[in-house]
Amino acid sequence: MLILNRRRFLQVGSLASASLMLPKFLKAFEKGELVPPGNKVLVVIQLSGGNDGLNTIIPYRNDIYYRSRPALGIKRDAALGLNDDLGIHPALKGFKALYDEGHLAVLNNVGYPNPDRSHFRSMDIWHTASDSKDYWGSGWLGRYLDAQCKGCDKPTQALEIDDTLSLALKGEQVKGLALTDPTRLFGTSNEKYFKSLLKKQQQHGHDEHDNADYLYKTMAETVSSAAYIQQQHKTFKSTAAYPNSALGKNLKTISELIMTDINTSVYYVSHGSFDTHVGQDGQQKRLFTQLDDAVKVFTDDLKKNNRFQDVVVMTFSEFGRRVAQNASGGTDHGTANNMFLIGGGLKEKGVLNEGPDLTNLQDGDLKYKVDFKSVYATLLGNWLQADDAAILQHKYERLNFV
Amino acid sequence: MALVPEKIQMQHLAWRAGFGENLPVIEGWGKRKRKETVKRVLAGQDKEMEVLRVINETDLPDYKRLKDMNEEERRAVQKLNTDGIKDLNVSWMSAMIKTNHPLREKMALFWHGHFACRTQNVLYNQQLLEVIRTHALGNFGDLLTGVSKSPAMLQFLNNQQNRKQRPNENFAREVMELFTMGRGNYTEKDIKEAARAFTGWSFDEVGQFQFRQRVHDDGEKTILGKKGNFTGEDVIQLLLDNKQTAKYITGKIYRYFVNDTPDEARIQELAGKFYQSGYNISSLMQDIYMADWFYDEKNVGAIIKSPVELIVGLRRAIPMQFEQEETMLLFQRVLGQTLFYPPNVAGWPGGRSWIDSSSLMFRMRVPQVVLYSQAFNIRPKEITPEMGEGANYKMTLEINDFLKRQYAKKVNAQIDWKPYVDGYKDVPREQLADTIAGTLLLKNKSLDKAFLEKYADASTRDNYIKTVTIDVMSTPEYQLC
Repeated sequence: MLILNRRRFLQVGSLASASLMLPKFLKAFEKGELVPPGNKVLVVIQLSGGNDGLNTIIPYRNDIYYRSRPALGIKRDAALGLNDDLGIHPALKGFKALYDEGHLAVLNNVGYPNPDRSHFRSMDIWHTASDSKDYWGSGWLGRYLDAQCKGCDKPTQALEIDDTLSLALKGEQVKGLALTDPTRLFGTSNEKYFKSLLKKQQQHGHDEHDNADYLYKTMAETVSSAAYIQQQHKTFKSTAAYPNSALGKNLKTISELIMTDINTSVYYVSHGSFDTHVGQDGQQKRLFTQLDDAVKVFTDDLKKNNRFQDVVVMTFSEFGRRVAQNASGGTDHGTANNMFLIGGGLKEKGVLNEGPDLTNLQDGDLKYKVDFKSVYATLLGNWLQADDAAILQHKYERLNFV
Repeated sequence: MALVPEKIQMQHLAWRAGFGENLPVIEGWGKRKRKETVKRVLAGQDKEMEVLRVINETDLPDYKRLKDMNEEERRAVQKLNTDGIKDLNVSWMSAMIKTNHPLREKMALFWHGHFACRTQNVLYNQQLLEVIRTHALGNFGDLLTGVSKSPAMLQFLNNQQNRKQRPNENFAREVMELFTMGRGNYTEKDIKEAARAFTGWSFDEVGQFQFRQRVHDDGEKTILGKKGNFTGEDVIQLLLDNKQTAKYITGKIYRYFVNDTPDEARIQELAGKFYQSGYNISSLMQDIYMADWFYDEKNVGAIIKSPVELIVGLRRAIPMQFEQEETMLLFQRVLGQTLFYPPNVAGWPGGRSWIDSSSLMFRMRVPQVVLYSQAFNIRPKEITPEMGEGANYKMTLEINDFLKRQYAKKVNAQIDWKPYVDGYKDVPREQLADTIAGTLLLKNKSLDKAFLEKYADASTRDNYIKTVTIDVMSTPEYQLC
């Protein structure tokens, strides 16, 4: 009861003064685990540019694979074995370790009907969860916000760690918040002039159909969210040695926020670019090494702080690449792809379904077997306890990994 | 609903038929009858349109040779295209800033979103832009025909792959769904049949439209209930003959130029006249700007400026030169509207979708970043190349590289405050703050003299005008037009 009150107090009250006013015995809670177990979190890692799934999860017993990729195919003894048919890219050592521990799941052949090979169109489709013939203006996580955050003053349930906001986090009514650094966001939003502007305007009435009011409302939410995030972020500093890459820094920020009492359920971050038309080998290896290093420290950090069972990391890319290599040591835009799911609370682990069927291609491309919207539905419905059918505007079959 | 005061009416007109005007222009308009001002706005002041050319056909390599080119020659062609599109972007922005015919550029910006298209070929981009600017205020049928026959659009919507033996419906679908009638007003059968009529529409290497009789399907088709051996031109005429096209286009223009929230009765009435006029865009705009309801309080300041409108408006108000004009691309990118790079075939969704926490905070910082020459410390997301070819891949890396290099650099601009400051020369000091706010803003919820004085530099009259101006521009209200 006391803890509940404290949580409410922290979320509603004036934050700067809140911690000063807390009785001593409550302050004691801040030293141990800040977050009660069961507070589920989703971390989305976008692999921008169309990651080549065939060289990520490698069908290393398949002759067609090696015939199609004489130079680019990853040798059987180089790949890290997952099972008899499939191995994982040698740079993903940490992923392999997570697999061995039962904390990683691989979903193969994920895609959607009538795939689009344009980066921006296909990314739109993944961001909005629309059919490939439709153009939607809102993103799937944005609509999650719409559903979870009606009338709330701090739309911090979904945060993107970046300077600009992706379509995935733009709802019809509410939009997520993008920030690279809580302190910098706080500094900007807290500028004296902006603050007094806001204060002056708040004396007036509010009309939700009026665009001026909408802008002031967005501004007010930003200021209050920035203060809230900053305040929460201060309460936990990770001691883990995150790599000095952009992804490493961003995952550190995410980890530090996850460890606090903040109301955020969804974090979003991008890594790339995986657009490997030319010299794929080196580029994919470099990006995977960064990914692996960062995710390894991140998951260890979560484990150490007893939050790993409440976190699921999902990776996706706008499409996979063609089965055959091209003439410049790379691969061109393709279709179906694999996704990783990582977490301490997975119900199903390992390789969840069959690997790619290289004997049954369409115009040289993989056919999808799992609609990515089913993955979204599972995460929204089973993991975040949200109304997936309403958010996705369609009832998709849920899977069983969480 | 009440009409807004006369001065605000003129400011409203200046924004909805352009990118805003300074005090002396607004005062000048106020001295005339509305009819006369609108007439001048529609006609513009320059006699001929300046054609934006960053490249000549002869500068381009012989495309038939492209296949035999060595690596170095290929790179040179790529660079020509990358730099060209960058230059075209910059020169169109500067045309919008300097033009004596703001309505034409504003209309062109509208059509640029309506006929959304992406191509990595600088010549095709340049040609399409010229079609759009030439017919921006002319006849919609001419505009539609010009756009539909442009290599940029034919390529973007894959009409080279539309042959008698293997029809590709993409082009026909978008022409009906996005360019003319809108979804739900035709059948899938209509699209299939229209696609047959567009077979053979193609283009050559230097960007000339080409009709290839050999791959054209000259059989009988049934489109929108009419039967005939229709050609592509016939389909365009059938679409124009259909009143739904006038209604769809008018509705879109209403939402862009009047109010996000459509008023069906008004749109119906305007569309009827538009159709009667044979799709005269200029007279449609005249009907809008002459109507009393256009100046209703509910329509004034009701629209959120697009990023391009915001930047152009700021630069039109205060003359300035950027050390690197390409910085414009960085602003466009961060704020979510890069010219020649619409998000998809449906164009920019506009309205409230321009705004989220980070874009709003940055918008409010833009005047300070530019006018105080601060560092630009927002990192835009990387651009991904389109159409999946190796050539575009390298081009994109160059653009990304450029954006990265600009990070945390100061926006060095040479600002010429004099003409702006002179605009207020007849305003007494004690009225300055309110007059500046009243000229830059169409709606004002919170700014008054007492508030602005707190932040103003009152050491000289010039500094006072400058600092008050920057503060007024750094508000949510300045995002509206």
